[in-house]
Amino acid sequence: MSQSLRTPFLFALVALLFILEGSSQFWIFSGSWNSSITILNMALISAVMALGVNLQWGYAGLFNVGIMGFVALGGLATVLISMPPTPGAWSGGGFRIVAGLIMGAATIALMIWQHKSMAQGRLRALVMFATLAVGFFVFRWIFDAGVAGVEAINPAQTGYLGGLNPGGQDNYRAHGYMTLLAWPVGALLAAGAAWLVGKTALGLRSDYLAIATLGIAEIILAVVKNEDWLGRGVKNVIGLPRPVPYEVDLQQSTSFIEKADSIGMNVTTASTLAVKLSYSLLFTAVLLVLVILAQLSLKSPWGRMMRAIRDNEVAAQAMGKDVTRRHLQIFVLGSALCGLAGAMMTTLDGQLTPGTYQPLRYTFLIWVMVIVGGSGNNLGAVLGAFVIWFFWIQVEPIGNSVMSFVTSGMSDGSALKSHLLDSAAHMRLFSMGIILLLVLRFSPQGLIPEK
Amino acid sequence: MDILNALVALLNFVVIPAMAYGSQLALGALGVTLIYGILRFSNFAHGDSMAFGAMVTILVTWWFQSMGVSIDPLPTALLALPFGIVGTALMLLATDRVVYRFYRRVKAKPIVFVMASMGVMFIMNGVVRFVIGPDDQRFADGARFIISARDFKSMTGLDEGLAFKTSQGLTIVTAVIVVAALFWFLNKTRTGKSMRAFSDNEDLALLSGINPERVVMITWIIVAGLITIAGVLYGLDKTFKPFTYFQLLLPIFASAIVGGLGSPLGAIAGGFVIAFSEVTVTYAWKKVVTYLLPESLEPSGLVQLMSTDYKFAVSFVILIIVLLFKPTGLFKGQSV
Repeated sequence: MSQSLRTPFLFALVALLFILEGSSQFWIFSGSWNSSITILNMALISAVMALGVNLQWGYAGLFNVGIMGFVALGGLATVLISMPPTPGAWSGGGFRIVAGLIMGAATIALMIWQHKSMAQGRLRALVMFATLAVGFFVFRWIFDAGVAGVEAINPAQTGYLGGLNPGGQDNYRAHGYMTLLAWPVGALLAAGAAWLVGKTALGLRSDYLAIATLGIAEIILAVVKNEDWLGRGVKNVIGLPRPVPYEVDLQQSTSFIEKADSIGMNVTTASTLAVKLSYSLLFTAVLLVLVILAQLSLKSPWGRMMRAIRDNEVAAQAMGKDVTRRHLQIFVLGSALCGLAGAMMTTLDGQLTPGTYQPLRYTFLIWVMVIVGGSGNNLGAVLGAFVIWFFWIQVEPIGNSVMSFVTSGMSDGSALKSHLLDSAAHMRLFSMGIILLLVLRFSPQGLIPEK
Repeated sequence: MDILNALVALLNFVVIPAMAYGSQLALGALGVTLIYGILRFSNFAHGDSMAFGAMVTILVTWWFQSMGVSIDPLPTALLALPFGIVGTALMLLATDRVVYRFYRRVKAKPIVFVMASMGVMFIMNGVVRFVIGPDDQRFADGARFIISARDFKSMTGLDEGLAFKTSQGLTIVTAVIVVAALFWFLNKTRTGKSMRAFSDNEDLALLSGINPERVVMITWIIVAGLITIAGVLYGLDKTFKPFTYFQLLLPIFASAIVGGLGSPLGAIAGGFVIAFSEVTVTYAWKKVVTYLLPESLEPSGLVQLMSTDYKFAVSFVILIIVLLFKPTGLFKGQSV
């Protein structure tokens, strides 16, 4: 089948999967539109992440395994922008924290300056070490008191700086648009972190970037989990404002009730669906804009240059292209998309729960999506995200049905039977690994190959 | 006496744990470095293969325990170790046959190998969780301490106790034996020499008639030994949980790179550098400082440079510093 036919055909097939999930109840399909749209929403967000990774891998051949970290930063941005500021937190220590951080940054800047301006030798090492030691203790002295001050404020409910929501503690939910503002901020935060990593690890061996990104993701997560003053850590921030209406409000609006009645739907179900659908629309809009931009960029001279660099770095360098700089640029761009997706995800969840971020789920699964979809092809990455996310969710029912088939001959209550049934959930990782290896080996171009 | 007490506290909380952890990292990093030297890729499935090896050993240990076999005061796991190594070696050889050999044939780029190892990682993760579950598993038995804190106090009359766990002693002794055996093998035997030759210059080695498939096979078998031992020792020393083994990947990679990828000596040095920095940076020094300083200067805080949750940050920062200033590592690996 030619590619111009293949792409719409595959997308139609995926659409059919989602429709079947919503409307029919045979095999793995649950027959609930609610479940179908829930899967769709997360698939849309995954598609944004996959686009970001495809930008890095497909355009430039950069191997980023720190997606989880950038996603977590996006989530953090949502809290920092959309939540109301905690009363008294800034005066109670917030400024001290900021001062401490500035002090820390200044120490590092001073060390870089010393490294550059002093002659190499024992004296330089000594001076730099002294700067580090003094700077660290001053930083801790300023910073720690600030943290203690902020975290002491009503620790059961707040105990963190809060965000920038102008509504205040009582009325912040009315300013739901603030979460939308958080999306680009999430992208910026992730871009900043990516710049730091890229600056150090790009230009070295290709696997070094992988290891460096693996590390930065763990560290970002450690910060989000442990710095309670920032985002309450593992105590979670719940009840983020929403850019879409609340179910309760819909259920009380007469016009909505009339509409629900006119299509013969239960008002409660209708309101749940309406809220989820509005999220879907928002995410689809974002995804569409991104796909169009990505496609345009791929066809532009910039995109051609990127692919030229990917295919032959030496030749591109000989043509006068600054390979490391271009790599840094695209690494930052791709990571920014992951940050954006992270912010969208936290908005959808309505809460930030750092404990749930797992590298297998947020980093390696996205990779499976990109590779299965077709690396180097934006539409492929999007398709891969939809397909893989759908199966990630559905592997569990599939696994359960396989296991109950396998164990049907065993006697009830046997240890092996209950173990097998309980372990069905772990089929997920296993099957994803198999899919990844099969695609990599037999169809490395993916579902929709790069032209 | 206070200085002695401080010294004992330092030994007890910093030096001994870091020695044990460093030995475990070194064994893990040796595996990474060997794979890198011979097969020329960074194996992302390393941590999970380690979990696999530990899991097989644990299952055999449980079987032994249920039959009443024991080598008290040593842990039964030691007796089960050879079975674990054989199991892991078979598994690694099977993955090589099914996954990696194809990419060697087509001379794929290193990054493709890395991707494939990611797939293997997923599968291994699934298998381990499927068989033994995602939770903590206990399999340590035998004597818990070589010297317990109380014995040490009554022996020396110091206020500060020194506890030397069996698992720590075992780790250090085993690591020394394994490393010595490995170096003897690499430097003295014909096969070991052919491995080094292959790692130094593949084409030249092929020309001189070295069979690459045999070298690769032996590498996997050695790696299986190294990671199973490292995984079991880590499990005995701390606890067995599949996810922690995945997380060990970062410090292990950091050790291998700090030492210089492809250099076995570097891997060992790197392991100890990472372990000692991790422990010293995240240890609360209050106890040691209190012994050393006069009472008026006693610190009020924990005197901890960073909370233990940031231990990954330590390996990462060291990794970044090495990448920035000496990308080939301390012992001149093959990288850049």
